[in-house]
Amino acid sequence: MNTYVAGDMRGAATPPPVPLRNDPAFRALLYQLALLAALLYFGYQFALNAQANLRAQGIGSGFGFLVNSAGFGVNQSLIPYNESDSYGRVFLVGLLNTLLVAGIGIALATLVGFLVGIARLSPNWLLARLAGAYVEIIRNLPLLFQILFWYLAVLGALPSPRQSISLRGGIFLNNRGLILPMPVPGNGAGYVVIALAIGVLATIALASFARRRQARTGRQFPLLGCAFLLVIGLPLATLLATGIPIRLQSPELRGFNFVGGLRLIPEFVALVLALTLYTGAFIAEIVRAGILAVPRGQTEAALALGLRRGLMLRLVVVPQALRVIVPPLTNQYLNLTKNSSLAIAIGYPDLFAVFAGTTLNQTGQAIEIIGITMAVYLAISLVTSAVMNWYNARIGAAERR
Amino acid sequence: MKRILLLCTVTALGACCAMPSQAQTLKAVKDRGSLVCGVSQGLPGFSNPDDRGNWTGLDVDFCRAVAAAVLGDSSKVKFTPLSAKDRFEPLKSGDIDVLSRNTTWTLSRDVSYGNFAGVMYYDGQGFMVRKALKVNSALELNGASVCTQTGTTTELNLADYFRANNMKYEVVAFGTADETVKAYESGRCDVFTTDVSQLYAEKLKLSNPGDHVILPEIISKEPLGPLVRHGDDQWFDVVKWTLFAMLNAEELGISSKNVDDAKKSTQPEIRRLLGVEGNFGEQLGLSKDWVAHIVKQVGNYGEVFDRNVGAGSKLAISRGLNRLWTKGGIQYAPPVR
Repeated sequence: MNTYVAGDMRGAATPPPVPLRNDPAFRALLYQLALLAALLYFGYQFALNAQANLRAQGIGSGFGFLVNSAGFGVNQSLIPYNESDSYGRVFLVGLLNTLLVAGIGIALATLVGFLVGIARLSPNWLLARLAGAYVEIIRNLPLLFQILFWYLAVLGALPSPRQSISLRGGIFLNNRGLILPMPVPGNGAGYVVIALAIGVLATIALASFARRRQARTGRQFPLLGCAFLLVIGLPLATLLATGIPIRLQSPELRGFNFVGGLRLIPEFVALVLALTLYTGAFIAEIVRAGILAVPRGQTEAALALGLRRGLMLRLVVVPQALRVIVPPLTNQYLNLTKNSSLAIAIGYPDLFAVFAGTTLNQTGQAIEIIGITMAVYLAISLVTSAVMNWYNARIGAAERR
Repeated sequence: MKRILLLCTVTALGACCAMPSQAQTLKAVKDRGSLVCGVSQGLPGFSNPDDRGNWTGLDVDFCRAVAAAVLGDSSKVKFTPLSAKDRFEPLKSGDIDVLSRNTTWTLSRDVSYGNFAGVMYYDGQGFMVRKALKVNSALELNGASVCTQTGTTTELNLADYFRANNMKYEVVAFGTADETVKAYESGRCDVFTTDVSQLYAEKLKLSNPGDHVILPEIISKEPLGPLVRHGDDQWFDVVKWTLFAMLNAEELGISSKNVDDAKKSTQPEIRRLLGVEGNFGEQLGLSKDWVAHIVKQVGNYGEVFDRNVGAGSKLAISRGLNRLWTKGGIQYAPPVR
């Protein structure tokens, strides 16, 4: 409905109706439609041409190759894998390796970022300067350089398996990685897991009860102690009661390397270290900015209300700082995930290396494999931002706008 | 990343213009006045820039031979260094005319990537280990860590060999040869595996070549040869016969030193090869004296082999299988007639 209709009803001199071609709303719609049509046409021609050229070059397409046997080995896999498995399985192995690095990297980078960001604001002169130096050095060096530094200069300099550095408790460190004893669950280990689950569920229920009781009566509940007892104490008691059914399988040096035990390969360690420290430096700056963005008056007001320092931080400063921190933090999470594809430089078998690299080279199905790889990175990124947006909306409610 | 860029270019090209000429490589090369040749990023003996930045090696000299045959000037070659992983796409998309990059001829590559124009070098895959490990045979490698280059037949042969012999191993696969060797040298792996010719070449680059030993086992057939795109038979013939011409020249005793005298020879085979008799060059779409250009400017197969990987080079690899069939090897070229 246009505004001049209302003018019509008010009476007297009726302005001539605006011709459709001069109606701004109609014009806007027309331009949008024209653009959309042009885009669709371009996309259609693009697909048609690509198809014709593929046919002309005799390149077969389709996803049938995914069931063919891959025939090459992969040095880290979270699921059982051997050379006779299919390219589809290789895809899964690569995807899980990417998710592993991204997941651990995001968790550690957040930790490092928050610690360093807070340290930079510390009244302690030395601590603040150290944190500042860390941020300035790390964020200004190329990531690929840092990955190669950790891989070749630091981890590559470790001794060979026969001269391994032996740490306490059956842990060994050498240039093949960090070797840990592997926990092997025995009879009754299931009870411990059940006890842990009960502990966690009971804690959640208790927290909800405590919150409601405090809202009703104002009395606080010693939640932290109870949660500690339930989550740690209960499984520990079960563990002792069932006679400690978990055995540690110690690695032993046999032939070229350690056999048995759990091994973190140096490619993984170098990649996680580099990604964590690099992204952590950026997150530190984001955290610092977020905290500084909370006006000083807020702190003073909270203290004036008689809140203790811890409560003041938790209830007043952090929620407001997080609103500033979360959106750029999401960017850093996405960057870290995508940067993990630099793994190819040091031979870590991530999705990009084993699928968009080796598999593409062996099968020659470039369009399909690049398509799948793009879709996967896009999906991971979209899911990450969806989660972060949800979190942002939740904490954003702290301020009623 | 290079691959994605390339793919985008390919698809973008596909979207806007007709495909780069399918059956016109010979004409395109002549019009351009230069040959674009895909080589390795640095493998001594095969394709490697020397200290003055000139490309040298067996694969490089083959490119020069093609340029000499087509353009009459062996210096009119542009070299495009490619990693093992990214070597095929530029050929398919028309960015290079010939891929002369120690590439193993296999069925699936022949089907998916292009036509192999012959075998430049009969190779096989082997293993290099540190002497300190006191390993004498590849069968003692159970449980070893193996460094290899990703996207190679090496990676597949390795998997087959260890599986066939029921041995465990850990593979660490890198994108380029340099990264692979660096990791082996830093001690990340016990074993470095690739084609034997390449093992000799890489061994020279290690800081203490004497500390390393190449095991006797050859675990695969690796016939290395140049590739051209599918669908251009004329160009395929030109590249194929360039290699045959080099072999035939050696067989007939024509070398870069005596080629001018050889033109005066009365032997019909020599006269045909050098274009004194017949119109064989024209049949290929080349000049009459195409072989004379190749041999004079680049040399016959034997000269090229000796200069780059054989007795006259630092690698000092024996001719072995690569001897002519008349001398106990399997290098054999069909006759020019």
